[in-house]
Amino acid sequence: MALVLNDITKVVRGATHIKPTSLTLETGHFNVLLGETGAGKTSLIKMMAGLDPIASGTLEMDGIDVTGLSTQKRRISLVHQFFVNYPHMTVFENIASPLRVAGMAQSEIDGRVQEAADILQLSPMLKRRPHELSGGQQQRCALARAIAKDSQAVFLDEPLANLDYKLREELRELLPELFAGRGAVVVYATSEPEEALLLGGETALMMDGAVTQFGATAKIYRDPASLNAARVFSDPPINHAPVQKSGTQIVMGDVRWDAAGDAAALADGTYTVAVRPNHILPSASDRATVALNGRVLVTELSGSESSAHFDLEGRGWVSLAHGTHPYRIGENHTFYMESGGCLYFTPDGHRVA
Amino acid sequence: MKPRSLVPLVYILFLMLPIYWLVAMSFKTTNEILSGFSLFPQTFTLDAYRTIFTDPTWYWGYINSIIYVSLNTVISVSVALPAAYAFSRYRFLGDKQLFFWLLTNRMAPAAVFALPFFQLYSAVGIFDTHLAVALAHCLFNIPLAVWILEGFMGGVPKELDETAYVDGYSFPRFFVRIFVPTIKAGVGVAAFFCFMFSWVELLLAKTLTAVEAKPIAATMTKTASSAGYELGLLAAAGTLTIIPGAIVIYFVRNYIAKGFAMGRV
Repeated sequence: MALVLNDITKVVRGATHIKPTSLTLETGHFNVLLGETGAGKTSLIKMMAGLDPIASGTLEMDGIDVTGLSTQKRRISLVHQFFVNYPHMTVFENIASPLRVAGMAQSEIDGRVQEAADILQLSPMLKRRPHELSGGQQQRCALARAIAKDSQAVFLDEPLANLDYKLREELRELLPELFAGRGAVVVYATSEPEEALLLGGETALMMDGAVTQFGATAKIYRDPASLNAARVFSDPPINHAPVQKSGTQIVMGDVRWDAAGDAAALADGTYTVAVRPNHILPSASDRATVALNGRVLVTELSGSESSAHFDLEGRGWVSLAHGTHPYRIGENHTFYMESGGCLYFTPDGHRVA
Repeated sequence: MKPRSLVPLVYILFLMLPIYWLVAMSFKTTNEILSGFSLFPQTFTLDAYRTIFTDPTWYWGYINSIIYVSLNTVISVSVALPAAYAFSRYRFLGDKQLFFWLLTNRMAPAAVFALPFFQLYSAVGIFDTHLAVALAHCLFNIPLAVWILEGFMGGVPKELDETAYVDGYSFPRFFVRIFVPTIKAGVGVAAFFCFMFSWVELLLAKTLTAVEAKPIAATMTKTASSAGYELGLLAAAGTLTIIPGAIVIYFVRNYIAKGFAMGRV
C-alpha cells in the first residue's frame, strides 16, 4: 500500500502555499516530514487528509485516485499537535467513536478499544473524561483512537511537540511499535531533526512550501542535496560560509585546507562550504586538523554534549562536542574542523561535493 | 463580627429588601397593605395565590408567557447555533460587518418595532398567537444568542472539527453529536439570556396579543379594577414571575460564570 502525491499544489487566495510536490509514501516504516514551523508540513497533511482542497495534481491511495474524495470517505486517522479529544465523551467512547460512526458491532468495538487501550496503557482510565487526564494521557487517547480504526494512512502532525521531555521520549519509543504490522502508511510531521533520525524510515525535507529532498532518513542526513536540505536537517544549525577553490586547496578567509574526495575535482571558483557542528571540535585530533580561531560568544551544556557559539570573521558558528570544555566567554579559542565533514555547494545552493 | 463583613451584609440586605417586601405583601390582605407599615403579615393569607391558581384568566397568563418564552428560546438558540458556527469558522465577504449589524438590532428600543409588527402580524393572521410574540422577540434574542455562542465556539479549536471529519462524522452528525455537546455551557447561557429577555419584555408582548396569548404582565394590569387596587394579588403575581427566572438561573449558574470569564456575557 502506498500514498502517492503527483504534483500536488495548494493555492490560497492566489498565493501558492505548497509548490508542486510529488512523493511516494510507503507502508512499513515512518515517513517523516521534517521542516521548520511554516514550512508547509501541516498544509501537506491537511491536503492528504482531504481537509484542505488540492489546487492541482492528484493523490492516489493504494492505486486509487482519491483527490476529490471527502475526508469522511477516506480511511485515515489524524493526530494533532494539540490534544484533541471529544470533551463530553469518556475515553472509551473517544476511542470507539470512529468505529461507531462506521457502524461496527458492539462486541468488535469492545475488543478493539480494549486492545488499543492496552497498548497505550489507558485501560484504567476508560471511564474518565479527557479533561481528567494528564497531557500525555490525552495524547495517548488521541493515538488510541487513531490505531483502533482500520486506516490506510495515519497522519501524525507533531504529536509530541506539546509534551514535556520525559513523556515525549516515552511516547516516541512506543510509536514504531504502535504502527508496526498495521499496514498503514504512517506520515509523521516534526520540526526536530533529532526526532526524524530516531524514527528513521524515510524523510521528506520541507522548506517554504516545497519538498527539497526525499529519501532514506540516514542517507539524506549524510548526503543533503542542497544547502537548504542541509540547513533543515541540522540542529544546532549547520555552519556555512563562502569559500574559494584554488588549485588543490579550499580557501576560507585566512583559513585553508586541502580539498579531498569529490571536492578535489571541483573547478576553481566560489563555493559555499557547510559543516555540521559535530565536526567542529574544541581540540585537535587526527581528523580535526583545520584550525579556526574564533571568539566564544555563548556556551551551552546539554546532557553529555556541550556546544559553543563563536564568532568566525563575522559569522556565527557552532561547535558541538562530547564532554565539557573550559571555554571562556568573550575570549578567543582555537577550534579544529574535520575537513572530511565538509559539504560543498554552488553559490545558489546545489550540492557539488 | 468584624466591621468589614458588615459591608456585604448591608449590601445584600438592601438588595433583598424589595424582594422581601414583595413576598411579604403577597401574604397580606389588601386592607393591611393600605392601612400602614408592617414588617410581617399581621393576618397571614394565601387568598391571593388561591385566586391566581384557580382563576383561568390569571393562570393562563403564566401559561401563555411560558409558552411564548419557551418557543422563543428554542427558535433563537436553534437558529443562532448554525449562524454562530458560520461566524466563528468561516471568513466570508462582509462577515464582520454582518456580525456588527446583528448586534445593532439590539440597540433599537422595542417600541420602534411594535407598530410594524402589529401591522404585519395582523395582515398575515398570526396576531394574538404565541408564535407572534416568540417571533418578535427573536429580533432581540437571535443576535444576542449568536454573539454569546460565537464566543464559546471561538474557544473550541478547529482541530476538533477536523478530527471528527477524519473519524468519519458527516457535518450534521458532527454538529449535533460532537460540537453542540462540546459547547453546551454556551448553549445554556444563550438559552438563559433569551429566556430572561423574553420573560421580562412587556411592550411587544402586550401589543401583539389580545386574549388568546395574553401574557401575565398584561393580566396584572387588570388588578386595577372595579374593586379598586388589589395589591395583595398584584404582589403574589409579581412573586410568581420571579420563580421561573430563579429556576433557570439555578441550572445555568456555573455556565454563566464561565461565560463571564470568556467576556461574552
